[in-house]
Amino acid sequence: MDRAIKLQLSTSEMNYFPDEVIEHIFDFIPSHRDRNSISLVSKSWHKIERYSRHQVFIGNCYAISPERLIRRFPCLRSLTLKGKPHFADFNLVPHEWGGFLHPWIDALSKARVGLEELRLKRMVVSDESLELLSRSFVGFKSLVLVSCDGFTTDGLASIAANCRHLRELDLQENEIDDHRGQWLNCFPDSSTTLVSLNFACLKGETNLSALERLVARSPNLKSLKVNRAVPLDALTRLMSCAPQLVDLGVGCYENEAEPESFEKLMAAIKKCTLLRSLSGFSEVAPVCLTAFYPICENLTSLNLSYAAEIQGNHLIEFVQFCKRLQLLWILDSIGDKGLEIVASSCKELQELRVFPSDPHDEEDNNTAVTEIGLVAISAGCPKLHSILYFCKQMTNAALITVAKNCPNFIRFRLCILEPNKPDHITSQSLDEGFGAIVQACKGLRRLSVSGLLTDKVFLYIGMYAEQLEMLSIAFAGDTDKGMLYVLNGCKKLRKLEIRDSPFGNAALLADVGKYETMRSLWMSSCEVTLGGCKRLARNAPWLNVEIINENENGRMERNEEDEREKVDRLYLYRTVVGTRKDAPPCVTIL
Amino acid sequence: MDEFVNLKETELRLGLPGTDNVSEEIERVSCNKRALQGDTENETESSMMKMETCPPRKAQIVGWPPVRSSRKNIIQTKKNESDSEGGRGVYVKVSMDGAPYLRKIDLSCYKGYKELLKALEIMFNFSVGEYFEREGYKGSDFVPTYEDKDGDWMLIGDVPWEMFVCTCKRLRIMKGSEAKGLGCGV
Repeated sequence: MDRAIKLQLSTSEMNYFPDEVIEHIFDFIPSHRDRNSISLVSKSWHKIERYSRHQVFIGNCYAISPERLIRRFPCLRSLTLKGKPHFADFNLVPHEWGGFLHPWIDALSKARVGLEELRLKRMVVSDESLELLSRSFVGFKSLVLVSCDGFTTDGLASIAANCRHLRELDLQENEIDDHRGQWLNCFPDSSTTLVSLNFACLKGETNLSALERLVARSPNLKSLKVNRAVPLDALTRLMSCAPQLVDLGVGCYENEAEPESFEKLMAAIKKCTLLRSLSGFSEVAPVCLTAFYPICENLTSLNLSYAAEIQGNHLIEFVQFCKRLQLLWILDSIGDKGLEIVASSCKELQELRVFPSDPHDEEDNNTAVTEIGLVAISAGCPKLHSILYFCKQMTNAALITVAKNCPNFIRFRLCILEPNKPDHITSQSLDEGFGAIVQACKGLRRLSVSGLLTDKVFLYIGMYAEQLEMLSIAFAGDTDKGMLYVLNGCKKLRKLEIRDSPFGNAALLADVGKYETMRSLWMSSCEVTLGGCKRLARNAPWLNVEIINENENGRMERNEEDEREKVDRLYLYRTVVGTRKDAPPCVTIL
Repeated sequence: MDEFVNLKETELRLGLPGTDNVSEEIERVSCNKRALQGDTENETESSMMKMETCPPRKAQIVGWPPVRSSRKNIIQTKKNESDSEGGRGVYVKVSMDGAPYLRKIDLSCYKGYKELLKALEIMFNFSVGEYFEREGYKGSDFVPTYEDKDGDWMLIGDVPWEMFVCTCKRLRIMKGSEAKGLGCGV
C-alpha cells in the first residue's frame, strides 16, 4: 500500500508523464484492492488503470455481468470467478442453483478477449463451455477448477487437444463425470509446455501410458497430482522421468508393495531432491508412506487428510521428521500425542488443518484430538497463522491459552462436532474462549465459531474483530442482538454465513445499508420470515435477495404465500446488474 | 431436524410393516441389540426406542459437520472395509416398483456389477437391458438404481464396484416413465 500512497501524493505532477509511464508504475501493483483504489484517484488514472488491468477477481459471479466486465477491462488476461455460496460444500445449496460459466466464456469469446488464465470456484461448468474455451483463446495457459461440477472428461479432452500453450490444468475436488475415455491421449505429441497437472479428483481409470508419455515430454512439469487409478509401479516410472517435481500427489495403492517395487519407488523418490509438497495417499498401505522418508526433511507442505488408512502412529513417525513443514493437513487420527510431536518438530508450521476421521461420532474412539492438541500446537509453533480444527471437546481455558500463545492468527476455524457443546470441564458457554481469541488476534480475518455460544460471544466479536472479513456461525446465539453486534461492529465484514441460529427479521432489517458493504449474507434455518425478506428486498433494490425453498419443486406447493412463514434458506448479495435470469424453480428472487 | 427422515415418512412404498429405515439404521451401528420389530410408524416413538435399545447415536443433521462429501466418503470407505473384514455382510434392501414386498441382498457376495444384476434379474424376474456409459440402460423398461450416502439416487454401474459397495445404502429397480428420466439419455 505504501507505493500507492506515495503515488497519490503527486498525482498532478505524475500527469505530466505519458500514460505508458504511469501504466508501467501501475504494473508494480498487482493487488486487486490497491488497483481498485488507484482507479478512484482521478478520471485519467481510472482510464489508464482500466486498460492496464490484466487480472480481475470476481468474488460473486452474479455481482456483475460478463459484458460490463469486458467493457471496463478489455485487456483482461486472467479471470477468477466464484459461484455458489460456501455452504454449497456441505450440500446446503441445490445442485442447479446457478453459477454457470457459459455466459462468461461466450461473452469473452465474442469480444475476442485475450484470456490466458481462468480460475473458478463452485461454478457449474459444461463440456460445451470447456470446448468453447479451448477454441476461443489462442494463448490460453492456465485452468484451475475448484469444487466445480457439470462437466466430464470429454471437456478435459477439448482442453488437452486445443490449448497449445497449456501450462496448468489443476482440478481440485470437482465432481467430474469420468467417461474413462482417452482425454490424456488428447494432448498432442507437440505439447511440452505443462508445468502443473492435477487430476486427483477423477474417479475412473487413467490411461497410464498416455500419462507417462505426457510427463516424459514435459520438462517444465513441477506439479503432478494423480488419481486413485495410478498404481505404485506407474508412480515409480512417472517420478523417474520427472525428478524435477516440486509438488506430488500420489494415487492409491492398496496392497502392500512387493519389496522390489518398493525399492524402485524409493530410488526414484531419492532423486526428487526438489520435492517440497506431498498429498494424496487415499487408500494407501502405511508402508508406502515410508518410501518418502528420504525427502521428508525437505517437505514444506504435507496433505495427508485423505489418508484414512494410515494410522496415527505411522503419521507421527513420518511427520516428526518433516522439520521444515509450513503447511500440514491431517486427520484427527494423529491424536493429541501426535500434535504434541508436531508442535515440537515442526517449528516452521504456518497452517494446520485437522479433519475428523469420524464425523458423525459413530465410534467410541479416544484417539481424536481435543483441546490439549490445540494448546500444544499453539505453544510450539510460533509462526502459526491459520488453523482449521475439528474436535469433540473444547474449554475456555484452552482457548484463552491459545490466544495468548498465538496472537498472529489470520484464520481461526474451530468446529466442535456436537452442536451446542459447552466447555466440557466447566459446562459454561465458550463465549470467553472465543472472546479471548478475537481480542488477542488483532489481524484476524476469518473466524468460524462452534460449541455452546450466547449473544455475548458476538458482542466480543463486534467489539474486537476489527479486521474480520468472513464469519461462520452455526447453532449459536440467543437473540437478534447477537447478529446485530456483528453487523454493527465488524466494519470490514464481507461474508457472513449463519445456520441454525435464532436471528430474525429485527436483526436482518436493522441496517440494510450494511449489506452494500458486504459481498453476501447467508442465513439458513434461522428465524427470518418471508415478510422480513420481502421488506428487505423492497428497501434495498441493489441487493438480490434469494429464497431457496425446502422442496425442490419451488413455491408451487404452497397455496398461499404466508408472510409469517419462516424462510428455510436466505442468500443475499450486492449486485450492479439486478435480478439474475438463470435461477431454477426452487429459488425465488424477491 | 433431519429433512431426509421426514421425507421417508411420507414416501409411498410397498414394504412389509416393521421394516422401515429406523431399524436398518440401528442395525448399521455397531450394536448387538436387535431393533424391536413392530416399531410403530410414529417417528418420535421409534427414536425413543432407539435411545433405549442402543448406545446414544447422534442424529445426522444436514450439512453437519461442515465436511465435504469427498472427505466423508473416504472415511466411510475405510469403515465399511473394516466392517466387512469382521465377517459382516453388506446387506441392503432391494425394492422393485410394483413388487409387493422388498428383498435384502448381501453386496459382498458379488464380485461385480454383472453378478449383481444377474442375481437381481433372477430374484425379481425381469431383465435389465444393456449398460452404456453415456446413455445408461437401454432395451428395458426397468432401470437399476441405488441410493448413495448423500441420499442421491444414482444409476447402478457408473462408479467402480468397490466404491459402489461402500456408498450404496439401498437398491431400487425403477420401472416405466419414472425410469426414463434416469435410464435414457439424460
